[in-house]
Amino acid sequence: MQKRRTFSFPIGKVIDLSLPLVAVIGALLIGALILFLLHKNPIEAYTAMFAGAFTTKNGLADTLVKATPLLFVGLGIAIAFRGGVINIGAEGQLIAGALFTTWVGLTIGDSMPGWLGITLCIAGGTLMGGIWGAIPGYLKAKLNVNEILSTVMMNQIAIQIGFYLLRGPMIDPAEVAAGTNIPHSARLAKSLDLPRFTDIAKALGFTQSAKKLGMEGFGAQLYGLFVEPTRLHIGLLIAIVMAILVYIFLWRTTIGYRIRAVGLNPAASRYAGINVSRYVMLSMGLSGAFAGMAGSIEILGLHHRMFEPLSVSAGYGFSGIVAALFGKLHPLGAIPSSILFGGLLVGGDKMQRAVQIPQVMVTAVLGLVVLFVVGTDIWSRRRANQRIADSTETEAEAVA
Amino acid sequence: MNENLTVVAILVGILHSGIRLATPYLYAAIGETFAQRSGVLNLGVEGIMLMGAYAGFYVVFQTGNLVLGVLAAAAVGGVLGLAMAFISITLQAEQGISGIGLFMFGLGASSLLFKTTLGTVEGVSGFPELNGCLPGGNFCMSDIPVVGPIFFGHSVMVYGAFLLVPVAWWVINKTTWGLSIRSVGQNPQAADTLGINVARVRYMTVTLGGVLAGIAGASLSISLLNIFQENMTNGMGFIAVALVYFGSWTPFGVLAGALLFSLINALQLWVQVLGLNIPSDVAVMLPYLLTIIVLAVPFKRSLQPAALTKPFERGEN
Repeated sequence: MQKRRTFSFPIGKVIDLSLPLVAVIGALLIGALILFLLHKNPIEAYTAMFAGAFTTKNGLADTLVKATPLLFVGLGIAIAFRGGVINIGAEGQLIAGALFTTWVGLTIGDSMPGWLGITLCIAGGTLMGGIWGAIPGYLKAKLNVNEILSTVMMNQIAIQIGFYLLRGPMIDPAEVAAGTNIPHSARLAKSLDLPRFTDIAKALGFTQSAKKLGMEGFGAQLYGLFVEPTRLHIGLLIAIVMAILVYIFLWRTTIGYRIRAVGLNPAASRYAGINVSRYVMLSMGLSGAFAGMAGSIEILGLHHRMFEPLSVSAGYGFSGIVAALFGKLHPLGAIPSSILFGGLLVGGDKMQRAVQIPQVMVTAVLGLVVLFVVGTDIWSRRRANQRIADSTETEAEAVA
Repeated sequence: MNENLTVVAILVGILHSGIRLATPYLYAAIGETFAQRSGVLNLGVEGIMLMGAYAGFYVVFQTGNLVLGVLAAAAVGGVLGLAMAFISITLQAEQGISGIGLFMFGLGASSLLFKTTLGTVEGVSGFPELNGCLPGGNFCMSDIPVVGPIFFGHSVMVYGAFLLVPVAWWVINKTTWGLSIRSVGQNPQAADTLGINVARVRYMTVTLGGVLAGIAGASLSISLLNIFQENMTNGMGFIAVALVYFGSWTPFGVLAGALLFSLINALQLWVQVLGLNIPSDVAVMLPYLLTIIVLAVPFKRSLQPAALTKPFERGEN
């Protein structure tokens, strides 16, 4: 009998962890090839992208502002995928959440203290997103309707309901009065605006700008990010707290454990006495709730009113999937991954302005990232299977 | 009397548009039927359609040659189908998610190409409408009252889509290749034992599905609408995938679904044209709502290919 090696360099693990990076690099390389074929300079484009997203105060602020909805959506996607359901409907759930938040906000107006109003708005949006996710969950659990297809349909329904409400019951009275009839709602009360980082800094006594303090370089930009007026709002902090809570929920509670068990092996879970259809509905509902929360935070922190549904959701429902996959479907992994893809979205915008390469390029790159991530997953799986095979072999040896 | 004539005219209009609008769904959904019957869910149809729509349009815009346009769309669709096949068959990726990746790539890449090569929405003269006129004569089939205007006056792309249905049925049910497709989708282990190359069959069906999805896109951009716009398919590819479920994986079922769906769409357009008192946004929503409801009806669910979305690896079990 052979003695097993006690230590070996964890090459497999290193490969596992570096696969997402390989995915991004591969996607960017194919993107570069496309740019090259279109007679554009890829190096110039990517430099503009990176510089735009990560080197200046405003670029960083925008990156984090976009990372916020990505993180919320990504958390929801991670829960659904861990629970064994595929949620393609975050776009619609986000819209449902944003619409309901706006409705709650318009209804309560200035009638209560800001913190209470904000809490109610977020609770409303989260609930509505949750309902929008739970419907496909219910259809999947009870009627065996493919959740991929039903969530796609639910997206379209949310968009149309949004248009209907914004052209009718929810339209800004000022638009009707002016006769322009642009489909958007009135601005929510100022008391419902989420505090921005600069407001907090002011409250803490940081009032001087970086320039006044004589700061220079990247440090000055970082200082400016947190102190000077930017669009960055506390939604980011809420999202990070949520990521930690989701981690605790999935790995430290019974319900979370059962969600993962159902996702890993529904048949075994059923034998173990877990009510599988209830957990399918729960994971879809929670997944939708986080997308709805993303919609809430976008309205309260950034737009302060509801307008064209697809401009509010801005593709986060799909890019959030990329963020979640890239973070290995781990709530904490979703944090850096959201920031990376937030940066990619912002960088795409800057690239368009600097070197006239359309921002839609980023959508194509995101798609390629998904293809690379799921395409390279086979190596992680093979390794996992090998490990299981090895351990059963060891047991067999032990018995022998 | 006059009112009756208007009602007939409207009904004829609805049926005519219904047949027309079914075209892209038919190409895409029949292609997807082949892929799914062999056990592969290609959710990237939407992205392939967009790329096909762009390729077809661009070639026609540059050369004016419609046949070349369709071929270009088919080729682009085939390449993307092949890519999807590689990812889902060789790399055994989760098919739902890789489809979303392909969709995002197609959406982004077609928009990027549109913006860099065309810039603005242009028009082309697409496939002409065939009125079935007798040579030299003054009589056209489309002049036949009621039936004429419904079934004639469509382009060759429309007739091609409807012709595809019996052809697909024949291929799937009556040919050896069709038997391989069905067995690979139902029980790949058994098919493998019988000497069928599971991967090869699946590669072929998914690539064929890509070709047809590309043509579906071209049917929009150089036959039905004769323009290219960003995201012009607007969810049609996803609906096409749903239609395959709806049609319980048979070409004629898909045909019924596509017709029902496009008729409701046509009805919805006419409701808007006639200015009936239904908010247009609600009307646009109806087909999607209907799709969910139909998916929830539990008839013929058992016909789903047993190995759908399940990768096959030799030596398992």
